[in-house]
Amino acid sequence: MNLNYTTEELAFRDEVRAFLEKKLPEDIAAKVKGFRRLSKEDHQRWQKILSEQGWYATHWPEEYGGVNWSPVQKHIWDEESSRYGAPRSVPFGVNMVAPVIIKFGTEEQKQRYLPRILSGEDWWCQGYSEPGAGSDLASLKTRAVREGDHYIVNGQKTWTTLGQHANMIFCLVRTNTEVKAQEGISFLLIDMNTPGITVRPIITLDGEHEVNEVFFEDVKVPAENLVGEEDKGWTYAKYLLTYERTGLAGIGISKAALEHLKGLASRRLKNGKPLIEDATFGQRIAQVEIDLMAAAISNLRIIASVEGGGMPGAESSMLKVRGTEIRQTINDLARRAIGPYAIPFVEEELDLGYDGDFLSDENAAPVAPQYFNNRKLSIFGGSNEIQKNIVSKMILGL
Amino acid sequence: MDFRLNEEQQMLQDTVARLVRGEYSFEKRLEYSESELGFSADFWKQLGELGLTAVPFPEELGGFGGTGVEVQSVMTELGRGLCIEPYLQSVVLGGGLISQAGNSEQKEQWLGGIATGEVRAAVGLQEPQSFYNLNDVETRAEKSGDGYVLNGRKAVVIGGHCADVLVVSARTSGDSRDADGISLFLIPADAEGIERRTYPTIDGFKGCDLFLNNVQLGPDALLGDEGKAAEVIEYQTGRAISALCGEAVGAMEVACDLTLEYLKQRKQFGVPIGRFQVLQHRMVDMMSELEQARSMAILAASVADEPQSDERRRILAAAKNVIGRSGQFISEQGIQSHGGIGMTWEYNFAHYAKRLVMINHQLGDDDFHLERYAAMLQAS
Repeated sequence: MNLNYTTEELAFRDEVRAFLEKKLPEDIAAKVKGFRRLSKEDHQRWQKILSEQGWYATHWPEEYGGVNWSPVQKHIWDEESSRYGAPRSVPFGVNMVAPVIIKFGTEEQKQRYLPRILSGEDWWCQGYSEPGAGSDLASLKTRAVREGDHYIVNGQKTWTTLGQHANMIFCLVRTNTEVKAQEGISFLLIDMNTPGITVRPIITLDGEHEVNEVFFEDVKVPAENLVGEEDKGWTYAKYLLTYERTGLAGIGISKAALEHLKGLASRRLKNGKPLIEDATFGQRIAQVEIDLMAAAISNLRIIASVEGGGMPGAESSMLKVRGTEIRQTINDLARRAIGPYAIPFVEEELDLGYDGDFLSDENAAPVAPQYFNNRKLSIFGGSNEIQKNIVSKMILGL
Repeated sequence: MDFRLNEEQQMLQDTVARLVRGEYSFEKRLEYSESELGFSADFWKQLGELGLTAVPFPEELGGFGGTGVEVQSVMTELGRGLCIEPYLQSVVLGGGLISQAGNSEQKEQWLGGIATGEVRAAVGLQEPQSFYNLNDVETRAEKSGDGYVLNGRKAVVIGGHCADVLVVSARTSGDSRDADGISLFLIPADAEGIERRTYPTIDGFKGCDLFLNNVQLGPDALLGDEGKAAEVIEYQTGRAISALCGEAVGAMEVACDLTLEYLKQRKQFGVPIGRFQVLQHRMVDMMSELEQARSMAILAASVADEPQSDERRRILAAAKNVIGRSGQFISEQGIQSHGGIGMTWEYNFAHYAKRLVMINHQLGDDDFHLERYAAMLQAS
């Protein structure tokens, strides 16, 4: 047993750190560290820097412009980029649809879409959930009917994250109603500018516009935009979901959020002393830090187990549950740390570049909105209840 | 032993319930919240006309000398409607502080208006450094001629943006966090030297921080005995905690009802999701939390207007601890039970969730009250 990185891995970490120190724009890092809003332009600027370095597509084989990092290298990258305040790449193109295209797509699809993902020309969003198909995804109803060399798509998708920025959407659609639910689903790539598509914002409880509904009315999609075989989409969807699940534990993000919390708790006072030195609050922070320490090692154990190749199994579901609970606890504590100042909603302080006096702490304004927004962590990417079902079935055989 | 409301109390609660049902649709609340005033002037007027703002005041002021139970009857319905009018700040706290500490001139000047709703009070007891400790007062009131001059800052004054009169604490002697040396002052809203930073709150109210810069006050502004306000503040925040328990229970009732309804109608895997045991048990846990909160609210109401005692202190700390925790539990588990829909602005559940979590940030959170309670434990 040896819990240390190898010499090569340490050298890689130094390289990553040097890159982040030199290339990560300060304004973007400040936004990420302070939980402030990132614009479309911020994401694109960072993506361009990563692409120039050749480090954008960490999950792709080299022949398509990927880096082909080992699981440990990917982990080092996640850890360090969270620590420095680099935004997480919007995953829908690079980490979700791309692996599916690489594994199941035609040569033409690879040639067309992969370079456009690398260059940032296409912004992808995900058309999975529907109003009636959430945890029970296979019950989806959006219909695609083949007419000549096109599909005609009708239906509705929902919870489409950052769909307002996207020009492409990958969709699960029903192509066959005669067979079992899972067997009649296909995987379609759809240009968002096609007539008949309407995007409607969903405003979340913190007042943010992050998710959308996408409506399809007689949308004509060229048949060559089908990925793989008709009616086999469920297989591709599941392949993609394993990619989605890895990384949802957000260990690196939790570590950064914990530092943010400790900063707040060092500056806020209780009875004249920093809150972090208070017996009650100090113990609350200590408890979540300990839980995070354990989850971080669990994460490393999973990474080490797939170092030789392959994808993590149902263990990543356990990690998703614990990891999201830990992140939510950290958000809960940050909200508690600002006490009465959790109540004001100081919208002008949510954006970087606010140059007035801060109502309380410079990092306070996003704290309560972030707590409410991150209730999503235990809901999305397969709710934590669904993850537990996976564990009890796949690992426990129950 | 009888835990039911008497006929008069039940009539009172029904009156508020009818008014809220008539005036307070979810859509209207959003409108009220986004208006400049931040709540409904019309609804507030109706509360006054029906005598509801007078509930805790004596008969000569048009009230019926209501105590904890009556105030909770009102607050529970306001909580069910998620109402954002400053009943807690003006009627319960502002009115309470003036009733307890005011001299006859002060009572005459302010209480009649507060009881009819024509005058609104707001209360500034917290400061940026105070966290939840209301004895942590750094705002100074220095003697000046026969009056006082105030300097300092009061934090998160809900309703302070539009109140006619402000009741604030300031230190006339002693060091930060000494209970001795805290005084209360009545400040007309338009007094010179007051600046406000106004903001909406995350749960739909409006409030402000008050910056007091050389605010000159006459001798008649002192409310109660100089330097002796800590006990008054403690007693009145105790009454407010009981009222807040009522509001929280009302909001939790609706949050639980909405969640149960959703479990029955939302279908996944071909069945209502309420058929899944994990969600059944969660719903049972939510209901159990609501019952715990109800019990503590009743207990809090029973001591809210009793003379101060260690028993009263213990009960009110315990009650606020319980509603803080149960409110957060019901919010979080209710959102989880709903899935994404529970997080949307368009659906009322999210707004109940936000209010319930923020109730834990008013008048001390569950940690604060747990510490208070623990400090009163004695070795036997």
